[in-house]
Amino acid sequence: MFSKGTKRKFSDGGEEISDESLLGARVASSYSLQRQSLLDMSLIKLQLCHMLVEPNLCRSVLIANTVRQIQEEMTHDGSWHMVTEAFCSAGQSPSERLVATEVLCRSREQDAEPKLFSVISYEGCREEEVVADETLCSVSVSDTVSNVCLAGRMGQCWEKSELSGVERDEEALEDSRLGSGEDEEIDTEDGASTESPKTIGQVFGTFEIKNGSPGPDSALEELFSDVDTSYYDLDTMLTGMQSAPKMGPYDLLDSLAPSHSSPSIVSTPNCRSDLNELDHIMEIIVGS
Amino acid sequence: VTDLRVMVPFYLKIHLVESVRNLTDVSVSARPTADIISTVEFNHSGELLATGDKGGRVVIFQQETENKSQPQCRSEYNVYSTFQSHEPEFDYLKSLEIEEKINKIRWLPQKNAAQFLLSTNDKTIKLWKISERDKRPEGYNLKEEDGRYRDAATITTLRVPVFRPMDLMVEASPRRVFANGHTYHINSISVNSDNETYLSADDLRINLWHLEITDRSFNVVDIKPANMEELTEVITAAEFHPHQCNTFVYSSSKGTIRLCDMRASALCDKHSKLFEEPEDPSNRSFFSEIISSISDVKFSHNGRYMMTRDYLSVKIWDLNMENRPVETYQVHEYLRSKLCSLYENDCIFDKFECCWNGNDSVVMTGSYNNFFRMLDRSQRRDVTLEASRESCKPRQVLKPRRVCAGGKRKKDEISVDSLDFNKKILHTAWHPQENIIAVATTNNLYIFQEKVN
Repeated sequence: MFSKGTKRKFSDGGEEISDESLLGARVASSYSLQRQSLLDMSLIKLQLCHMLVEPNLCRSVLIANTVRQIQEEMTHDGSWHMVTEAFCSAGQSPSERLVATEVLCRSREQDAEPKLFSVISYEGCREEEVVADETLCSVSVSDTVSNVCLAGRMGQCWEKSELSGVERDEEALEDSRLGSGEDEEIDTEDGASTESPKTIGQVFGTFEIKNGSPGPDSALEELFSDVDTSYYDLDTMLTGMQSAPKMGPYDLLDSLAPSHSSPSIVSTPNCRSDLNELDHIMEIIVGS
Repeated sequence: VTDLRVMVPFYLKIHLVESVRNLTDVSVSARPTADIISTVEFNHSGELLATGDKGGRVVIFQQETENKSQPQCRSEYNVYSTFQSHEPEFDYLKSLEIEEKINKIRWLPQKNAAQFLLSTNDKTIKLWKISERDKRPEGYNLKEEDGRYRDAATITTLRVPVFRPMDLMVEASPRRVFANGHTYHINSISVNSDNETYLSADDLRINLWHLEITDRSFNVVDIKPANMEELTEVITAAEFHPHQCNTFVYSSSKGTIRLCDMRASALCDKHSKLFEEPEDPSNRSFFSEIISSISDVKFSHNGRYMMTRDYLSVKIWDLNMENRPVETYQVHEYLRSKLCSLYENDCIFDKFECCWNGNDSVVMTGSYNNFFRMLDRSQRRDVTLEASRESCKPRQVLKPRRVCAGGKRKKDEISVDSLDFNKKILHTAWHPQENIIAVATTNNLYIFQEKVN
């Protein structure tokens, strides 16, 4: 699995690479793949926090701190920098840790170089931008999507236990969002969607990529065809560790996606509306 | 008191006394997960052992008192009382279910014939009175024995009701309910040495209560940031000092312990002491912070030390030295290379507890695969034992276990890869005076004692 991804990079990167630098590069990219996988895993865990009825605050805080650490390291060694630079506009410094979501919603015409590929189009509001920079391919897309997730998610996780029932749903999600430009974006839509489809959509965007589900673009399919969930079994010697009763991060999503009437999951009105949105988005993507 | 220097340490000759299923009435619960033991605690004399479970039930066991002249005789613990402490609730305002799982039980020191304990779930603390009734009044004038009223016309004589012995009945009744004190989930309660107050801690706040007053509590620690998105640290455990009624400690998810003095100010946001060990840079990883998160903190009985449990180790701190622990014991160092998988399956967030023995010479904590560890401070020895039906036969001495971290596995060793991470021992308790220990696996309680030939 890892080697396949690694090979692709090297075959695209160039012909004359010495053995030593090949090894070094392989180690480095293996590390960054692992780091990326850890980042994605953490974000999924945070997402699941939101979906469960009673989020464990300590666990959420620890996971969020881990995500921050990874982000910081990625910022330092430049892989984050490359991503944020892509969306650099007036006033956005490259060292900004949490990229405001409004930057990621920027439309195509503003930037020349590598752009974000966004899998989801929510009610037609999002432009679809393709990542041109191949060295970032499997890394950058999830970075930015997960970045978006991070921006919106963290506040929600903490806030969940504090918010009163009235405020909970859409208003709460809006409140915890970063970025002012977003409100404009929403207003320009035909007012149909609120914050939640976008949130779930962004979350779902990550899963879409990693699960390699068929997208409208064949290039996209090719790009992610080798990514699958076994990717996350980093300690291959531990065959005994993945014990059956423990649900992996994707199992919950699998049980959620097809039907929102699953009794074991839905227990609050908020969850139900989220799952309705999830269904809706699923239909759009699958094109049914 | 056994002299550990001369004799074989007791933990090398302990045997199973009994294995007790937590749920006594199988018919009562339809949910198998309700049996999961969530807390274990001896009372101050060690005569009573309380367990709480995920279904909100409390089961109390009592030590048999026969053969008191031979204190090291086999001690049996029999069910003394069972009651439903907490029920599941629904918070309508937040649309959240409040679990009935008992997070902690703490006994009050005994003042009269009755016993008192505090039990708490995520939101509400209750004070329970457990009292015995072994006599009942008989010979009423106006009532029959079954309670029906007698026809006044039939009464021709007067008699004085007398107390007659009856079968022992143990009653548990809730005396106080301390509700609405916590927004977040309660993780600890601790009774003060003044026997009048106690503290309760949730993820972000610590409250001080008076045992008699239920409609009010004082907030003594509040680490909630103004902007919740800036939250990076939570409170994981808290405990009062065993003798100094003004002192308590609380631990955090970042591996720090703060000691607070309530005399200093009403709000103890400024700690008196901060205990923190500098990080070992050679062991740094993305999981460093998670594994440094402290899951339990316990003062020693003599009040001079405190013990903390983080994911991989147990540390003993001298209260007079803040910059590093005086002793560090590895619980299951072989897991360090597996942290990523343990993060994936969430085991890395398991909260293990720890406990001291009566004279603070040995500490105990749990691990995976139904293993538990005893760490002898005085002899610098440690042992890994297993609490499971297969490995525990009554009166048979427990055999020490060894885990093979890598390389060639020796006979009788278990390799890391075959450990069962669903079988975790999170809760253990030690009798305050004797070498009797209670070990809780997922839904079984094991009581071990030193073997006397």
